[in-house]
Amino acid sequence: MAHSLPSLGFKLKHAVLLACLAASSSVIADTSLSNKLLLTGGVSQVEGAAGGGLTPWAVIGGYGTNDEIGANVHYTYAKTGDYKLDSYGVTVGFYDRVELSIAEQKFDIGNLRNKVTAGLGADVIGRDTLDQTIIGAKVRVLGEAVLDADSWLPQVAVGLQYKRNHDDRFIKSAVIGAKSSDGVDLYVAATKLFLSQSLLVNSTLRFTKANQFGLLGFGGDRHDNYQPQLELSAAYLLSKNIAIGAEYRMKPNNLRSPANAALFGGQKVVDLDEEDAFDLFVAYAPTKHVSLTLAYVNLGNIATVAPVGANYGTQDGVYASAQFGF
Amino acid sequence: MYKLVFSLALSSVLLSAPMTVLAEASPNLGNTAMETDEVFQAFGGKTGLVNIMDDFMINLVNDPRTKPYFDNEKQTYIKAMLVEQMCELLNGGCRYPGRDMKSSHTGLNINRAAFNALVEDFQLAMDKHQVPFRAQNKLLAKLAPMYRMIEEK
Repeated sequence: MAHSLPSLGFKLKHAVLLACLAASSSVIADTSLSNKLLLTGGVSQVEGAAGGGLTPWAVIGGYGTNDEIGANVHYTYAKTGDYKLDSYGVTVGFYDRVELSIAEQKFDIGNLRNKVTAGLGADVIGRDTLDQTIIGAKVRVLGEAVLDADSWLPQVAVGLQYKRNHDDRFIKSAVIGAKSSDGVDLYVAATKLFLSQSLLVNSTLRFTKANQFGLLGFGGDRHDNYQPQLELSAAYLLSKNIAIGAEYRMKPNNLRSPANAALFGGQKVVDLDEEDAFDLFVAYAPTKHVSLTLAYVNLGNIATVAPVGANYGTQDGVYASAQFGF
Repeated sequence: MYKLVFSLALSSVLLSAPMTVLAEASPNLGNTAMETDEVFQAFGGKTGLVNIMDDFMINLVNDPRTKPYFDNEKQTYIKAMLVEQMCELLNGGCRYPGRDMKSSHTGLNINRAAFNALVEDFQLAMDKHQVPFRAQNKLLAKLAPMYRMIEEK
């Protein structure tokens, strides 16, 4: 099983890429595309699904309607006090019903590595980035988020995100103590546009074992079980192509560095306590082919190692994302 | 005090008067009318609606996605009906005399793409006539659910 997982991930990744390419080429032959209303496909959230910046929504990505295919590529950059995240990916929406996505994340921990190496005299971390691949699928189950303006019924979708961390040796080491290097998040999302109030709200319930989105693996010494996490978004439409909003995303708190007990007499030298995240964003779509998102994001504590001078604490900063598609 | 209560009562009767008249909505309107005429005023009243519908029709005919449905001799009639329907939905004191949304679109094979295209063309016309975005959305919220009666595939 352990051996088959990497190859499953590899095959899935290629299957998704092939599906994306096939979809794109079939759409070029099609005359009708991009007939969803502006911004109603959301933007690409950090894991590649259509949604806000942090949370997946029930909308299907791209601008395809129920007999069209839509797709987009995105690049996202986030810079907090001491860490950086680069992410890029492809999202394809089929007939406003099914969404497939793939995203690559590169989390820059070079700053921490340098401090730990200098402090301990040994390069314990041994890498500048933690990388993971996320393959996502989402199915719209019921409702019409935008047009059913006379009803309280939201659009509801179910989805999953298969995440494969590529630094399994480090994240499973005694420094982090993750139990697994891959995992599947399951979620149900409900999205409603209150059109007469120009207000969109979303609520997502996610079942996950992921530590820091999966960048620090899955499960840990504190918890190694699926936990429900609530994610909320609200966006106010200022105009057809500009929305401002806020998001809140709960994260589990699974990790307790085994090194603290093993090497430091139980003192919390390596502080991996995970906290909830939130953001404040503005999204701008000058056309259906481009959308830009700028946000203030707060991810809470990620990894603080105060004795070596990495007294990092809360990580907040800027989040910028660009999306191109049809 | 007595006087104040009386004048309040009187003014509430006066304010609710137009609503009482309109309580009997046109059977084919497609949605309930708004409770006040605030949005109607934001559209520039009936004159505003007439001007918006003129530009709306131009947009519809210029848009290849909607041209097949509107490039015909019925334009003047459709515009007049749209003005009456919007006016009544906006509580502007009109009465829509036209057909219901289902039968008037039967056989046109309108899909979501065409429906959304029409919304976009309408937004452009409202933008041109400086209808505030929030007021636009209040009317669109009355119109959007009609997709269930208009779309056939």
